[in-house]
Amino acid sequence: MFENLSEKLQRAFKNLRGQGILTEDNIGEALQEIRVALLEADVNLDVVQSLIEHIREKAIGHEVLTALSPTEQVIQIVRDELIAMLGKDTARFKFASKPPTVILMAGLQGSGKTTTSGKLAAWLKKGGHRPLLVSVDVYRPAAREQLKVVAQSVGVNLYEGDLKGEAAGASLVERLAKEARREAIMSACDVVIVDTAGRLHLDAELMAEMQRLKSLLNPQEILFVADAMTGQDAVRSAREFHDKLALTGVVLTKMDGDARGGAALSIRQVTGQPIKFLGTGEKPDAFEAFHPDRIVSRILGMGDMLTLIENVEEKLDRKKSEEFAKKALAGDGFTLEDFRDQLRQIKKLGSIQSIMKMLPSVGPFQGLQQAAENVDEGQFTRVEAIINSMTQQERMHHEIISGSRRKRIARGSGTSVQEINQLLRQYVQMKKMFKSMGKGGGMQRRLMGSLTNMRGMGR
Amino acid sequence: MLPTLFGKSADPAPTQQKSGLFERMKQAVTRTRDGLQERMEDLLARTRPVDAAALETLEATLIASDLGVHTAAEIIGHLRAQAERQQIRDGAELKALLKVELQQILDAVQTPPPAVTTKPEVVFMVGVNGTGKTTTTGKLAAYFREQNQSVLLCAADTFRAAAIEQLGIWSQRAGVEMIQTRPGGDPSAALYDTLHAARARSIDVVLVDTAGRLHTKNNLMAELEKMRRTAQRFAPDAPHQTLLVMDATTGQNGLQQARLFLESSAVTGIVLTKLDGTAKGGIVIAIAKELRLPVRFVGIGEQMADLIPFDASAFVDSLLDR
Ligand SMILES: Nc1nc2c(ncn2[C@@H]2O[C@H](COP(=O)(O)OP(=O)(O)OP(=O)(O)O)[C@@H](O)[C@H]2O)c(=O)[nH]1
Ligand SMILES: Nc1nc2c(ncn2[C@@H]2O[C@H](COP(=O)(O)OP(=O)(O)O)[C@@H](O)[C@H]2O)c(=O)[nH]1
Ligand SMILES: [Mg+2]
Ligand SMILES: [Mg+2]
Repeated sequence: MFENLSEKLQRAFKNLRGQGILTEDNIGEALQEIRVALLEADVNLDVVQSLIEHIREKAIGHEVLTALSPTEQVIQIVRDELIAMLGKDTARFKFASKPPTVILMAGLQGSGKTTTSGKLAAWLKKGGHRPLLVSVDVYRPAAREQLKVVAQSVGVNLYEGDLKGEAAGASLVERLAKEARREAIMSACDVVIVDTAGRLHLDAELMAEMQRLKSLLNPQEILFVADAMTGQDAVRSAREFHDKLALTGVVLTKMDGDARGGAALSIRQVTGQPIKFLGTGEKPDAFEAFHPDRIVSRILGMGDMLTLIENVEEKLDRKKSEEFAKKALAGDGFTLEDFRDQLRQIKKLGSIQSIMKMLPSVGPFQGLQQAAENVDEGQFTRVEAIINSMTQQERMHHEIISGSRRKRIARGSGTSVQEINQLLRQYVQMKKMFKSMGKGGGMQRRLMGSLTNMRGMGR
Repeated sequence: MLPTLFGKSADPAPTQQKSGLFERMKQAVTRTRDGLQERMEDLLARTRPVDAAALETLEATLIASDLGVHTAAEIIGHLRAQAERQQIRDGAELKALLKVELQQILDAVQTPPPAVTTKPEVVFMVGVNGTGKTTTTGKLAAYFREQNQSVLLCAADTFRAAAIEQLGIWSQRAGVEMIQTRPGGDPSAALYDTLHAARARSIDVVLVDTAGRLHTKNNLMAELEKMRRTAQRFAPDAPHQTLLVMDATTGQNGLQQARLFLESSAVTGIVLTKLDGTAKGGIVIAIAKELRLPVRFVGIGEQMADLIPFDASAFVDSLLDR
């Protein structure tokens, strides 16, 4: 297992505490650790080099504050740099003043264009739009069929078109695109999403086809769909797509895995265009807004609590979840009563896997996602039954739940004293863990422990 | 939260960046290739004893090819020692020595695939989403057909939209049959049917195209394990090969993919796809070093013939060629 960057930095700074000032000398080892962390996260080598220089300049001469450890200070500097690099997180979508708005999807083979087209369509629909999907991927076997199935599954219009036996090639592609736009106007669809064939930036012919599509359709958005697992080559492909097409935004897919996603920095750098969305799963609703601060934490291997909390906020009773987050992450921690509330709410969220995926997933946090995959949603019902059988007093103050009370609760909930014991133990652990997460601490392993006993499914 | 992104507005791109860092960074990346290329040319032109700068150039080349910092550092450390011992005196020699190093790492794990005692040979194609499993399955079908082997395909991706149709088209192209179940059906059921059909028809090779899955998803990895058990019930040594299909653009995550697929699916080799692009696929060297997994084939395009058996020498040449 990897060591957390802050743990490494702590080691690098072990002699620095109270030494006064960050200097070329005492920061060297720390910068080396940062360099390694960024490279391990697949940030492009040249980007890393410039970044390190920049961080060095910023850090040297910084007084070591008593309130913050040098580690915290340097991490703050690194974070600020990376977040600044990624730009503001309020990327907006451009719409045509005269509909239909056209969105052109672009990217390498297998990056997730078709899936993302469906996700975008679903989001637009949710936002009150009437999207129309069209696939001009006349090359890959069953690519158009794939989009058709996707369109059906999200319930949006599809322009299927008729190949009329025409050979796969630029003229067929252009005909389909033109017809789709006409169809959008006729059927009062205000957005056309054009799914294209995956192509290599080296492929002159297919890149030229894409350029012609662009001048034909005048798209408001040209989105570069890139795989979060991409390594050093991200710079090259993104640059060449951008040079030829002038991209307007980026979607980073497969973020549900454990890739650190350093390609985000590289792509952002060469295109200068905002990363607008993240793909977080194969299903149409696994689609999220991009937030620089979160991916920076992930690149540095430091977790993504904010997305978790936001997801909870978005789908749940906002006030309640805010209260819960506040309580859980600081102060006295949450009560069993709060816990039951959350269980009930979580059920509304769908699968716990999707929520747990937001938790730190790399470095020392590895395995947490796997733990989440193993959660048995049925277990929730049992836990809820146990808490239901407690008195209000017991839910608020778990310490008072004595042996005899445990027996009573077990009888009342049709469970066993062992199960009550286990629940209480897990509750105490979780309460501690959340509190330490609030402080940015590393108690993930305990959470993992408390989750791995349960089993389940999800995609 | 997200719907706000779609607020009607025709704002110009709201992402104008502070120049300073951004500009510098942009220049840095624009230099990427040229920079490395130049440094490599310098290296090759030099006739001085090996120094830190020369080794750094080579290390940067390895990192830029996705070998990863740790693997690169290890290899360069070893190279330094070798160069000193052999008193290497010029850049071209040093590069040649590195080539030997890399090739040795790859060759050391190139054991022949396990012998097949009971027909049919069963080959599982596994990997994360979008790496080229289906395409490679189709190409392999043609490859085996050319060697006069009879092939049966199993459409075990019952999850992704139109995945079965996609493989169906490949089966036509390669002129081989395909067994399928309904979309959303149990992939193990499709496998079971395929294996029995294969036995009845005395088929030589069964190629199983599985759904893409991230190695972090336990339930999906368990689905693969179930398929393995299905194959084992059919023949104790099946699946004879499990090929992890990996995209050459994959970065450091590739190592973790290989680790977890190896752990749960007993991967026997790698197919490295999309080498026709600019990515070098260096992660397979880290994988060979750590997990001792050989690369069996490489994909070099989208057509049926774009699959070639792995050749370590050519691979390393292309990796070091900047
Ligand atoms: N350039 C290039 N493209 C390839 C190669 N192999 C596959 N592709 C393309 O990569 C894309 C994904 O390939 P698929 O075969 O569908 O990948 P998969 O792993 O089966 O994908 P899922 O089943 O969806 O996970 C397709 O557009 C293929 O045409 C290759 O060697 N070179
Ligand atoms: N896990 C995961 N899989 C994804 C995501 N986006 C796409 N995929 C999968 O990646 C593969 C390739 O996607 P597809 O949309 O066909 O890519 P295209 O070739 O660019 O059109 C498919 O198996 C998709 O299900 C994502 O965000 N997470
Ligand atoms: Mg597609
Ligand atoms: Mg497939």
